Amino acid sequence: MTRYVLGRVLAAAAVLWAAFTVSFVVLYLLPSDPVSVMLDNASAGQSVDPAQVAALRARYGFDQGPLQQYLSQLGHTLTGDLGTSLSSGAPVRELIGQALPQTAALAGLALVIAVVVGGGVALLASWTRSDRLRGLLLALPPLGVAVPGFWVGLLLLQLFSFRWYWFPAVGNEGFASLVLPAVTLAIPASASVAQVLAQGLDAAWRSPYVETALAKGATRTRVLTRHVVRNAVLPALTVLGVLVGHLLAGSVVAETVFSRQGFGRLVEEAVTVQDIPVVQGLVVVAAVVFVLVNLLVDLAYPLLDPRIDLTAAAGRGLLRLPRRSRSAGVPGRAAVPAAPAELRSAA
Amino acid sequence: MPRTVPARWRLAAAALVVAPALALTACAGPGTAAGGAPSADAGTPVEGGTLRFALGASPSGVDPQQVGSNVSIYIARQLADSLTDQDPETGEIKPWLATSWEVSDDLTQFTFHLRDDVTFSDGTPLTATTVKANFDALTGPLGASAPLAASYLAGYQETKVVDEHTVTVVFAAANAQFLQASSTVTLAILSDATATADPAARLQGKVVGSGPFVLKSYTQDQGAVITKRADYAWASGVADHEGAAYVDEIDFSIVPESGVRAGGLASGQFDAVGDVLPQDVQQISGAGGSLLTRTNPGVVFVLQPNVASGPLADVAVRRAVSQAINRQELVDTVLSDAFKPATSVLASTTPGYVDLSKDLAFDADAATAALDAAGWAKGADGVREKDGQKLSFDVIYAPNFTGSQAVLELVQQQLRAVGVELELRQLTQAEQTAAQKSGDYDTYYYNVTRADGDILRPQFGVQGSNLNKRGADPVLDGLLAGELTQADAAARADAIGKAQEAVLDQVYAIPLFELAQSIGVAKDVHGVTFDASSRLLFHDAWIAGK
Repeated sequence: MTRYVLGRVLAAAAVLWAAFTVSFVVLYLLPSDPVSVMLDNASAGQSVDPAQVAALRARYGFDQGPLQQYLSQLGHTLTGDLGTSLSSGAPVRELIGQALPQTAALAGLALVIAVVVGGGVALLASWTRSDRLRGLLLALPPLGVAVPGFWVGLLLLQLFSFRWYWFPAVGNEGFASLVLPAVTLAIPASASVAQVLAQGLDAAWRSPYVETALAKGATRTRVLTRHVVRNAVLPALTVLGVLVGHLLAGSVVAETVFSRQGFGRLVEEAVTVQDIPVVQGLVVVAAVVFVLVNLLVDLAYPLLDPRIDLTAAAGRGLLRLPRRSRSAGVPGRAAVPAAPAELRSAA
Repeated sequence: MPRTVPARWRLAAAALVVAPALALTACAGPGTAAGGAPSADAGTPVEGGTLRFALGASPSGVDPQQVGSNVSIYIARQLADSLTDQDPETGEIKPWLATSWEVSDDLTQFTFHLRDDVTFSDGTPLTATTVKANFDALTGPLGASAPLAASYLAGYQETKVVDEHTVTVVFAAANAQFLQASSTVTLAILSDATATADPAARLQGKVVGSGPFVLKSYTQDQGAVITKRADYAWASGVADHEGAAYVDEIDFSIVPESGVRAGGLASGQFDAVGDVLPQDVQQISGAGGSLLTRTNPGVVFVLQPNVASGPLADVAVRRAVSQAINRQELVDTVLSDAFKPATSVLASTTPGYVDLSKDLAFDADAATAALDAAGWAKGADGVREKDGQKLSFDVIYAPNFTGSQAVLELVQQQLRAVGVELELRQLTQAEQTAAQKSGDYDTYYYNVTRADGDILRPQFGVQGSNLNKRGADPVLDGLLAGELTQADAAARADAIGKAQEAVLDQVYAIPLFELAQSIGVAKDVHGVTFDASSRLLFHDAWIAGK
């Protein structure tokens, strides 16, 4: 177990380093240096004294060679110093520190909505015996993924803010301002949850132990809650890890439409004015968040499914999931001991 | 100029920052407008209340001397006063912090007599040394952070403190544009402490001015709150009233979506909004609101040709291209009533502007004849050719203004009709800056706001940014150099007028249309005004029923 965790942490560090390096290279290769852009924005096209340009370039370290800049930035990043914003002069850490809690609240609420709504749709579709209702419910996830978040946001605003005055259209003040953007963000997320969970449930329903349980007289509801869900929840959990990334990306749209301060707006603003230290800082922080969430998901697997043996996989640094146990009708080796254990409680 | 977001860049970055996800962002652009002239404000001004203003983009900071974008200036301008003010109607320079001034005959010395009753919001008085501290900082430590100010103060030698309330600003050479520059927000006078403060801290809000409002809070990308100064009593002669502002507070929030701004105004969540798009006008007027518009002074939106190579090296081709463009159609089809077709390289609100509409008339027949005469014959695909070279050129543009793409697409169609091919190359601000240096473009599309005809010098002078990549032109360069040393206002205006003719004579610019600001205001809001640079002033603003 320790070896596994250590391996995951090392892999995470490698991912972070790669994210930093790739973003540095991409940003460095941009056709114009940030100081020119900064002056161009501020000077309205008027010519600027070259000596002043050189001074400014030196102040931000852009006069050094690429390798020097890379090493010095990497060193600073490792110590938690993300530099200062070119456009505002504020420390990048402070900017991100202000933005992240806002987005965390937004993404957190969206995630809760996604799990409740997405899980609810999948469970209801799995539980119901009406084919029509089931078909209707299963049509929702593709729809949820297909509608653009931007359009959904504007639609929600038109109805709930401009027409009925239920929620404020803009701002970060209070819970009310959180509702509409969270719903906007949660729609594609709940669709993903519903899609994956529904598939898992569908596969689980066709497992032999379900038949056994039903034959023993368990009710449909009981089979669903005691057996099917437990077996179907694992892939949905994997999706949750990816969803956090989606929610961060979605915050660009949600925060722009709803004029909220946060991670997404910061991304949009920094990219627009080519504020390289801020963009670089955002890349690093996003990578940290993403890596942490996936690490947590990985570590949570064995808690949910004791069949997953982390120590066995540790040698290769890979997590081996009992995939075949989830495929319909073909019980995998690992699934065999688990099913009877659950059945005992069902009987 | 309004600032927008290059959609390509945003997508790339969203993908970069959050690798596994796909973000689809729509263009959140400030931009075009429609509607009539500001209506006369009826009734007696009412004091009190909070004016909630939705900005279309994020300010880059709140320091009047460092910021350049419209939205930043909307906030910063309220915090500070300048030595002089400029009448937006006449372009005349009027007293503000300086009650009077003298300019030496050689235009190198500008003596200002300051009011003796002005205090900054930290309680310190305005003195001659304050002015000196400001100009010294702008040409010293602040220089690179305030490039616009540095260009206004080019050739600055010193500020002499004559007595407690008299200063003389001395330049190495004649600097005729300085008097107008002294009225701009860029050369606003800040307190002694602010002048020497760290530039970054100033941008973030460490700014003390003598303006009618004081900064209460500023959060980057979120907004700002400014509150009125009850003891303000030195408004310029341009303002409607001299004393304190009417509204207690102005709450600026940043709302990038134009539809949200309009919906917010219509549903009473905002009192005024910036950058109204044509499609949102109806929603605003439907709710009883109105639209304030004003043309930005300065260089209009132009195609500025690179004359160093390609078909556009020939002035006959450039002229034919200009003749083939139907400017009225641009305004009627893809812009709105707020905009006007260009009638010179300068906008009609610029002091020194001359009407050269006769040179910019649409004449497709003349364009066709000229191109035929120059030996450009139509090829199989309808595009003219000569010696194996196609009559095709590109235009680079940054999406700073929402209407640009549609305008350029229509220009493309108009040119196509006479057998000229125009290729649109949308670049990010960064790519455009790089292209400007390398000269990798045939035409450059942009505009610049400045309420003084001197703006021609940096844009079209061979010593300026030289977007034309041209060699010496004794006529134009002589006029531009002469303008800066001309003490007599009429003679200077004459030089600026002739310079506009010279630019069009050689077709160094193909003017398209004049940019306009458009502000939506709710029906209870009165007295929001534009200054000479078409930036907003709130000193006279009041809200009925508060």
